[in-house]
Amino acid sequence: MSQQYPALLVVVPLLSALIISGAGWVNKRLCFPIAVVALGVAAYSCIGLLLRVLNEGVIVYKLGGWDPPMGIAYYVDHLNGLVLSVVSVVAFLNLIASKKSIEQEFPDKMGPFYALYVLMVAGLLGIVVTGDAFNLYVLLEIAALTGYGLLAMGEERAPLATLNYLYMGTIGASFYLLGVGYLYIITGSLNMVDIAGILPSLYQSKAVLGAFIICMVGVWLKMAFFPLHAWLPNAYTYAPSAASSLIAPLVTKVMIYVMIRLMLTVFTPEFAFNIVAVSEPIVWLAVIAIVMGAILALAERNLKKMLAYIVIAEVGYMVGGAWLGNRAGMTGAILHIVNDALMTLCVFLVAGNIVYKAKGYAFDDLKGLVRKMPFTMGAFVIGALSIIGVPPTCGFFSKWYLISGAIQAGHYGFMVALLFSSLVSVVLFFRVIEICYYEPFGDHHGHDHHSEPMDEAPITMLVPLLIVAAGLILVGLYTSDIINHIIEFAIPKGLV
Amino acid sequence: MSDLMQMLVAKYNYWIYITLMMIGLYAMIAKNNLVKKIVGMSIFQTAIILFYVSIGAKKGATIPILEHGHGEHGHGAGTHIVHAVDYINPLPHVLMLTAIVVAVATLGVALALAIRVYNQYNTLEEDEILAQIREK
Repeated sequence: MSQQYPALLVVVPLLSALIISGAGWVNKRLCFPIAVVALGVAAYSCIGLLLRVLNEGVIVYKLGGWDPPMGIAYYVDHLNGLVLSVVSVVAFLNLIASKKSIEQEFPDKMGPFYALYVLMVAGLLGIVVTGDAFNLYVLLEIAALTGYGLLAMGEERAPLATLNYLYMGTIGASFYLLGVGYLYIITGSLNMVDIAGILPSLYQSKAVLGAFIICMVGVWLKMAFFPLHAWLPNAYTYAPSAASSLIAPLVTKVMIYVMIRLMLTVFTPEFAFNIVAVSEPIVWLAVIAIVMGAILALAERNLKKMLAYIVIAEVGYMVGGAWLGNRAGMTGAILHIVNDALMTLCVFLVAGNIVYKAKGYAFDDLKGLVRKMPFTMGAFVIGALSIIGVPPTCGFFSKWYLISGAIQAGHYGFMVALLFSSLVSVVLFFRVIEICYYEPFGDHHGHDHHSEPMDEAPITMLVPLLIVAAGLILVGLYTSDIINHIIEFAIPKGLV
Repeated sequence: MSDLMQMLVAKYNYWIYITLMMIGLYAMIAKNNLVKKIVGMSIFQTAIILFYVSIGAKKGATIPILEHGHGEHGHGAGTHIVHAVDYINPLPHVLMLTAIVVAVATLGVALALAIRVYNQYNTLEEDEILAQIREK
């Protein structure tokens, strides 16, 4: 059984998506349990796989028994074992948390929604687990197309915002495909490990350089790296809360994983940092991404859009960290994939709870929420502290590694940008918390302070949120274990 | 000048795909109508499909079907040698079957979204839609 984990984690959600869309016609209440079982199996296999990797080292799973490079191989090492576990756990928790909001927002479309949801998770897990460059493209498009469907189910402006996302996402994926085509022309192979073995003698070739740059631009478009971010804020803001709390934490993070995989495995760090030698401008772009993300977030009077701009700034953290070209920066970037997935999930789940109860997410709708929804807001404070980077929440530790990487690389601009965005985050979140703390009804002149009843979100929404909030602190406390046992092995020894 | 001509002629398939790609990209950036943008997107994807198809081709080669394949045992095993040079490379073509499916699915989703947008705003011109959004 445990031999088949790599296949199970893609096949089970893929087939269940089919079953769910059928079950939706028979009885809508069947959809949710099937989705829970499917993602439960996926999460179980992912965690099982991570534990196996920790014991046995790299696992290569040949689909259908065909040997690579002819067949497609799933390739699991410490890096994607970790990312797989995070993706599957986030998707599972969000599924449970968003049951009520899905019932509230579109009771008639539960079948299609759960089918798309599970299919998207299959795509994301497939992107992370595959060891074949073309297979990655196909799964990328599976995740993207289902994502468009989920985002477009939102409020009035959602279809237009999603259409803009679709244009950009398609260009991004097509660029990636073009880059893979160049690699195929040069090496005659699509298997990532195989390509990595052939490339070193060809590093001086212009075509390899072209392939690398085209792939990178494609991936940056997909992850909304500034200045290619324009599609993200609207698409995430107008989406249904269940969809935005799935897509915001996972899609950008999975794309950052793809970038790191390309840099570390397909092209070696040697090539990415020494031969291409574009680290410096890319880190400066990341600096601009962080600063602009923070400033644009500051200009918003709307919780979900503010969070979307924070996602853009966080993308800057990870791209910058990965391109600093030293071990500490890369460690920070990989650790931040884990932390940022959890932090973003936490704050977007809070936004989902607020939308569920207050029917809005503009700052004016948030007044008095601390009294009405104390647990939700408590989780929000933990999420906010983590994004700001206050110990012992996990955000502090990844920021610590990123900053020490910046100092090692002598890139003080990046360090200043990280500190600047932390300060802006303080302003952003304490402004929201302040609004939430004060009483809602100005015309009551505060007479009925205590008559406001507690009106908390349902227990199924609250428990996953509190688990995530506790997870933020737990991951923070166990950071050294994660780094010593997992991330240390994920980064090649050549990178110091 | 003759060098340039030689480069153009020798690698004409690359020039064609780049031209098509730029046409598609131009339509996506410059056109105001949402459906024209979708058409541009489709041209863009098709250009990459053409690129892949063209890299599999070889001069003087035939389709990759072995005339005396596994089915025939009469001549004795091992006597028949397959020269890879005689056959075009089938792999890029097979990959593009998948990419065509993806392109069709993307086109379908894009057109479905365009219908939703049209039902909401009664127009597909982007500037008119933005004007309507601003008025609200």
